Amino acid sequence: MKVFKLIFKNALRHKLRTALTVLGIAIAVMAFALLRTVVTAWYVGVEASAANRLITRQAVSFIFPLPYAYRDQITRIPGVERVTFANWFQGVYIDKNQFFARLAVDAETMFDIYPEFVVDPAELEAFKRERNSCIVGTGLAKQYGFKIGDVINIDGDIYPGKWAFVVRGIYKPRDKTTDPTQMLFHWQYVDERLRQEDPSRAGQVGWYIIRISDPAQSAAVSDQVDALFKNSRAETKTETERAFQQGFLAAAGTIIGSMNFMSFVIIGIIMLVVGNTMIMSARERTSEYAVFKTLGFSAGHMVGLILGESMFISVLGGGLGLALAIPFVAGFEAVVPKGWFPVFLIEPVTIVLAGSSAVLVGILASLFPIQRTLRTTIVDGLRHLG
Amino acid sequence: MDSIIRLQGVSKSYWRDSFEIPVLNNISFDVPEGEFLALMGPSGSGKTTLLNLIAGIDRPDKGTLRVAGTDIATLNESKLAKWRSTHVGFIFQFYNLIPVLTAYENVELPLLLTSLSKQERRRHVETALTVVGLQDRMRHYPKQLSGGQEQRVAIARAITTDPTLLVADEPTGDLDKRSADEILTLLDRLNKEFKKTIVMVTHDPRAAEKAHVVRHLDKGEFSQN
Repeated sequence: MKVFKLIFKNALRHKLRTALTVLGIAIAVMAFALLRTVVTAWYVGVEASAANRLITRQAVSFIFPLPYAYRDQITRIPGVERVTFANWFQGVYIDKNQFFARLAVDAETMFDIYPEFVVDPAELEAFKRERNSCIVGTGLAKQYGFKIGDVINIDGDIYPGKWAFVVRGIYKPRDKTTDPTQMLFHWQYVDERLRQEDPSRAGQVGWYIIRISDPAQSAAVSDQVDALFKNSRAETKTETERAFQQGFLAAAGTIIGSMNFMSFVIIGIIMLVVGNTMIMSARERTSEYAVFKTLGFSAGHMVGLILGESMFISVLGGGLGLALAIPFVAGFEAVVPKGWFPVFLIEPVTIVLAGSSAVLVGILASLFPIQRTLRTTIVDGLRHLG
Repeated sequence: MDSIIRLQGVSKSYWRDSFEIPVLNNISFDVPEGEFLALMGPSGSGKTTLLNLIAGIDRPDKGTLRVAGTDIATLNESKLAKWRSTHVGFIFQFYNLIPVLTAYENVELPLLLTSLSKQERRRHVETALTVVGLQDRMRHYPKQLSGGQEQRVAIARAITTDPTLLVADEPTGDLDKRSADEILTLLDRLNKEFKKTIVMVTHDPRAAEKAHVVRHLDKGEFSQN
């Protein structure tokens, strides 16, 4: 018989209590993983930001456009390598619940500045050649079954009318932080139609994306861009892509902060659950531990027995929770409206955090019972009635 | 015959809140090797405390306490634990078996602290259980055994490491007459056949009859009774 077997047998002494404790830990770990995944998904844009990209938007608000004419002026600023732009098109595909990003972009430059959207060169060339074509992400293609040559019909709202785009390319995300659910089409196509139907809105872009040669110069380049358009009809605000993404999240900062906080409160709850179980177990076994000590088991042995049992329960619960978290998170993703979280994956850091939390909980929950057991003399322990 | 236990001027008190309760008062006595000693006396006389001191699970306030050649009052906790595992076998009134372990595993428990191989441990356990007549109950859990059988498993656990000294605290206190007789016969055999020194605390005069020497404690001192 080995000590591990004794730990195992002790842990399963009260099967229902152990099962409920393990289940409690598993549910808490699942909830922790889900909350962390939501928080991570929320910040995925920030995480995916490139250090060498700046975003220039209208100084008053992101919803106001900028003149297309700014493009050439920005390009001439020292340190600027390449400039592209995009417009938030929105529109409705099938119904309003089918939400995904639909962006009018500069076909010539967009994919140079966003290398994380990996497009087959032949498909990219086909896209560039055909004004009413589009490129969609693999996630979107999988979700709606889009293939090359399919036509996607969009009912315009910001840009009214019926719009039809032919799929000429399907981009693959370079890594898991890249949104695979975007639909990108020619800004020029939209602009041409605006010139005919609503000329006052033509020649405008939503925001510029600037690739700079030296990320260390981002502040200086930003200042130069904004200085260029100071006191103009459309003043600009230029910032790093990361700061731009963070600005988007600022409005939801309190909610995200609360979710973040709650994820760690859950760890505290697990700790109390396991701690309670371990305290009850140790108290019930006071006389048994005294017998162990009488037989010659040392303080180290006692620490091993109690810590081992605590770790067994917490790691079992943590492992079960993580195993269940994968389908649980997938189920959650399935029920939230499409497009809310383009990238919704349990990050390795979440798994590491949950796993280490389970280990930490196992250690912390055993501290009080260990201290109590070591402080109780053999004589007092043998007198104890569990 | 050499003394296996030698107490000189041993005193012990307990504290309850701010009250000091003297339990043993200047006790001195020797126990020769191979002795079967019964300690008797009324409740609170100090006999279990004396047994605990001899067994190294409690420490005296004053005096010297030499057991199996070691001044155990001077040992630190870890050395004392190791000393107990080598020299003392314990038999408790309420058996104190570990309920989640089989009879075999309970008897094997003290051997886990030794460097014996698995096969050697098996031989020790089987021998001990054969001595107490429970070789056919090795895979039984304590709840599947009678009180007398549980106590025999506890005795097997006490002798499995072949200790110098056996200490028994009311070993028949929780048993019916027949089971008590079996346990006393077994202790007598361990003393006579296996030459184990036994110190037994008991209230039971019939149990004390098995001992070679009976000493009475009253209010922390040996009486002439």
